[in-house]
Amino acid sequence: MSIILKNINYVYMKKTPYEKIAIKNINIEIKHGEFVGIIGHTGSGKSTLLQHLNGLLKPTTGIVSVDGQDINLKGKTAQNAKRSVGMVFQYPEHQLFEETVYDDIAFGPRNIGIEEEEVDRRVKKSMDFVGLEFDQFAKRTPFQLSGGQMRRVAIAGVIALEPAYLILDEPSAGLDPRGRDEIFGQIIKMYKGTGITVVLVSHNMEDIARMANRLIVMNGGEISLDGSPLEIFRDCQAELKEAGVDVPPLTELMNKFNQRGLAVDHAVVTMDAAAQSIVAAVGRR
Amino acid sequence: MLADIMLGQYFPGTSVIHQLDPRTKIISTILFISSIFLAENYQAYSIVAIFVGIIITLAGIPLIMILRSLKPLWVIIMLTLLIHIFTTPGTIVYVLGPLTVTQEGLHMGLLMSLRLVFLIVISSLLTFTTSPVTLTDGIERLLKPFKKIGLPAHELAMMMTIALRFIPTLLEETDRIMKAQMARGADFTSGNLLRRARNMIPLLVPLFISAFRRADELATAMEARCYRGGDHRTRMKQLHISRRDWVAYGIVLLLIGVLIVVRINVK
Repeated sequence: MSIILKNINYVYMKKTPYEKIAIKNINIEIKHGEFVGIIGHTGSGKSTLLQHLNGLLKPTTGIVSVDGQDINLKGKTAQNAKRSVGMVFQYPEHQLFEETVYDDIAFGPRNIGIEEEEVDRRVKKSMDFVGLEFDQFAKRTPFQLSGGQMRRVAIAGVIALEPAYLILDEPSAGLDPRGRDEIFGQIIKMYKGTGITVVLVSHNMEDIARMANRLIVMNGGEISLDGSPLEIFRDCQAELKEAGVDVPPLTELMNKFNQRGLAVDHAVVTMDAAAQSIVAAVGRR
Repeated sequence: MLADIMLGQYFPGTSVIHQLDPRTKIISTILFISSIFLAENYQAYSIVAIFVGIIITLAGIPLIMILRSLKPLWVIIMLTLLIHIFTTPGTIVYVLGPLTVTQEGLHMGLLMSLRLVFLIVISSLLTFTTSPVTLTDGIERLLKPFKKIGLPAHELAMMMTIALRFIPTLLEETDRIMKAQMARGADFTSGNLLRRARNMIPLLVPLFISAFRRADELATAMEARCYRGGDHRTRMKQLHISRRDWVAYGIVLLLIGVLIVVRINVK
């Protein structure tokens, strides 16, 4: 049970003067139950890579397989394999169009021919997942909600497809800190509650450090680092710098302490743990 | 897929023609187009042809691009040719059932379709050598005198510029929304016409909403920077009539003069 990308290359506008290699030689396996964070600066190929995971882009060369099925073949099984990968784009609230929240969330399930009764169950469940009160929101028009609420409706619309893999492209972009915490809280809750595989693209290193158990760093269309976030932040600062991404401020701070000879623990992701570690280190002196 | 569409047909370059003031190019194009109607025999046409040839060479536009610009109007050119060939009375050279081909018809058809070709080529040259934004600038300045009779020249030009600016943005947006809805099982390619039209709703509604939102944001942003239309506005890129431009006018007027002389003297 995994998504496997084998030797993926993708070239934009092939055979024109504007030809550009977006990603090259991508070989990764995203295993079931992982929480993968992908970072990389603008133009590093993150979005292109994501769109390969559910067949929105077909690789110029290479094979994408989901649970053993090549998704770029024709036919029902390939189609179903594709559908087990749910995709939440950047600013997903821009794709809302129905008159009510309920109908918008039901759009996906209805498209793939699910019975109305089951659709109803799924809408309720996904609204619950993203923390929208069914009775309060189901009949409202999505366009009068706040930005954070609209985004949750849009995410619920993808969750209602009950994907085995959930891909999120910058789900917190443009939200205030509270909205961001809410969205991430729900993603973590869902990850822990359902065992869904999550692939999360974010610019915010802190978020990734806190949530992901695997980190992939993209640079110039290639994967430059792949491993556990804490190890990468601790050991690969030069590579991170080259890829144009920063380590989370907290890790940076802890590293500075260590350089100055105060032996604190690198592997902290929360402010509280950092404080405790500093107190302990100072106490040891 | 959508990103492959090229906007306009501007062909960047640094030739003399590219460097002419857009006003000069617009006015010269209009003068040239009217001057073509002075030509009515092969001598005059050869002069026009040589003139067009020189401009193409000066502008450095590949011939293939020029030919491509003729492609959409090919049918009209052929139709003009055929209608003239078959309907002009005169000395019959060939009979084809109810249709007769006359010598005069052949002449007229050839001249008329050549006239069309010249018209198209010279106006394409204008858009090949002038970027859309410069072109709108030129149009704005040329329309300025008509402000007195209530023509909102600056507003028209601003609308054109904004529209041009947002075409790529909206294309990108369309691409993204399409993919997002496809990821939710939407189908934009199969079914009959009615079904397909209905399937476009999940694309069109978000697209319109986003276009209105962008318009609103842009208006606010412009107002926040105290934008208030044409009067007393200064520009970053000043249009400037230089000696080159006067030379260009001179050449076009010379062409018109020559064509008048040819028209009077050669029968």
